[in-house]
Amino acid sequence: MIEPTALYTITGGLLILIGFAAIMLKRNLIKIMLGFVLVEAGVHIMIICFGYIPGRTAPIVDSPNLLTDAAAMTAAPTQFVDPVVQAIVLTAIVIAVGVTALMLAYVVRLYGTHKSLDVGRYVSLKW
Amino acid sequence: MRQILTPIVLVLLAVVLWRTVPMTAPEEISAIGRHFVEHGVAENRGANIVTSVIVNYRGLDTLGEVSVLFLSVAGAGFILRRRTGLTLETPTPASELVETGARLLFGPIVLFGAYIFAHGHLTPGGGFQGGAVVASAVLLLLLAERDRALAHNALGWIESLSGFLYVLVGLIGLALAGSFLSNKGILPLGAWNSLFSAGLIPVIYMLVGLKVGSELAALIDTMMHSGEPAATETEEARP
Amino acid sequence: MIVVDVLVCLAMVITGIAAIFQRSLLSAVVMVGFISLMVAYLFLRMDAPDVAMTEAAIAAGLTTVIFLIAIRRTEDTEK
Repeated sequence: MIEPTALYTITGGLLILIGFAAIMLKRNLIKIMLGFVLVEAGVHIMIICFGYIPGRTAPIVDSPNLLTDAAAMTAAPTQFVDPVVQAIVLTAIVIAVGVTALMLAYVVRLYGTHKSLDVGRYVSLKW
Repeated sequence: MRQILTPIVLVLLAVVLWRTVPMTAPEEISAIGRHFVEHGVAENRGANIVTSVIVNYRGLDTLGEVSVLFLSVAGAGFILRRRTGLTLETPTPASELVETGARLLFGPIVLFGAYIFAHGHLTPGGGFQGGAVVASAVLLLLLAERDRALAHNALGWIESLSGFLYVLVGLIGLALAGSFLSNKGILPLGAWNSLFSAGLIPVIYMLVGLKVGSELAALIDTMMHSGEPAATETEEARP
Repeated sequence: MIVVDVLVCLAMVITGIAAIFQRSLLSAVVMVGFISLMVAYLFLRMDAPDVAMTEAAIAAGLTTVIFLIAIRRTEDTEK
């Protein structure tokens, strides 16, 4: 039985590969955007795996038996997973939705000019 | 050409990703994570350490993220310019059950979103999640009442005011305590695990929640109702 | 719990491969929304409740809605 973190990481890596394949091989603009969403999902999973240690708990100190020293209010770092990684991924998810929205606004506007969702139709920038 | 390059790129990417698998699940969390966990409660008096990291320790990154979101929503609004008197098609009105249910549900969903970002320092949650819930409530209202025009002016005012107040709070920290977006000594830290605690963290997160919620609501309204209609021919096609 | 995790990961990969080969754009978007929801479940299993909430609300909810609006605005409207 493979350990759970390796399973999650491999799943994230497979999602990245599937997303890249969609971006490079598909001709429909909406399918390319779906490929971007898959790549972002895979990347977020892999980053969280870098901070996860099995057997520990989430970094929320909401009961006094998680504190080591009740007077000075310090908590032992050996019972939590990494909070910095989670803050990074939270930022990344919010930015991903902004970027996806901007890309889809471009798709809608491009459709208004040539009435086609085929990426081969928009060749005016090719040299 | 694409058919040849794609497998090569995918194989190289797979090799790179495979090399990162041993780096997951480290034995000990990073040094800076250790410092945040150890002293997070003592310095901030908030139970949620991830919130303290986002709002206090890495507060400047959150300011950058909020501006990136604003930039992308403004860009989308600019690309799909609003036309006056625009209807894509005559909208079929939703049934009365949907309309009444949506009007009844709108209040509790907004209240739930406000609860999430008011308690961001105590339970999992915070400004971004609460803002997304508020935006979904507005989306529900837009779907149920097909001919409702959203008050874009009011949403724009709320969004700009929240962003402005965020930077103002940071400058107050600079003036009173010596560093931008500082949390020491401006508001009382309060008792651990109570609602009015953790200094400036709930204030900042509430501003972030309002800003994100109004931004995403304006984005959904822009994408649904702006831009040129799909049935006419092209106008000047330069964005 | 390890069985549930293996099933969820397998479902995610299979749905991802199926989503890019779909004919109908609507089913492809719904499948990607389903993948985002499973990703939120994985985040919960990895002790990250904040991140799971954000992913479920923003990626599985709002991104799917924005895709559906974009699909509706880019279809041939001859009605």
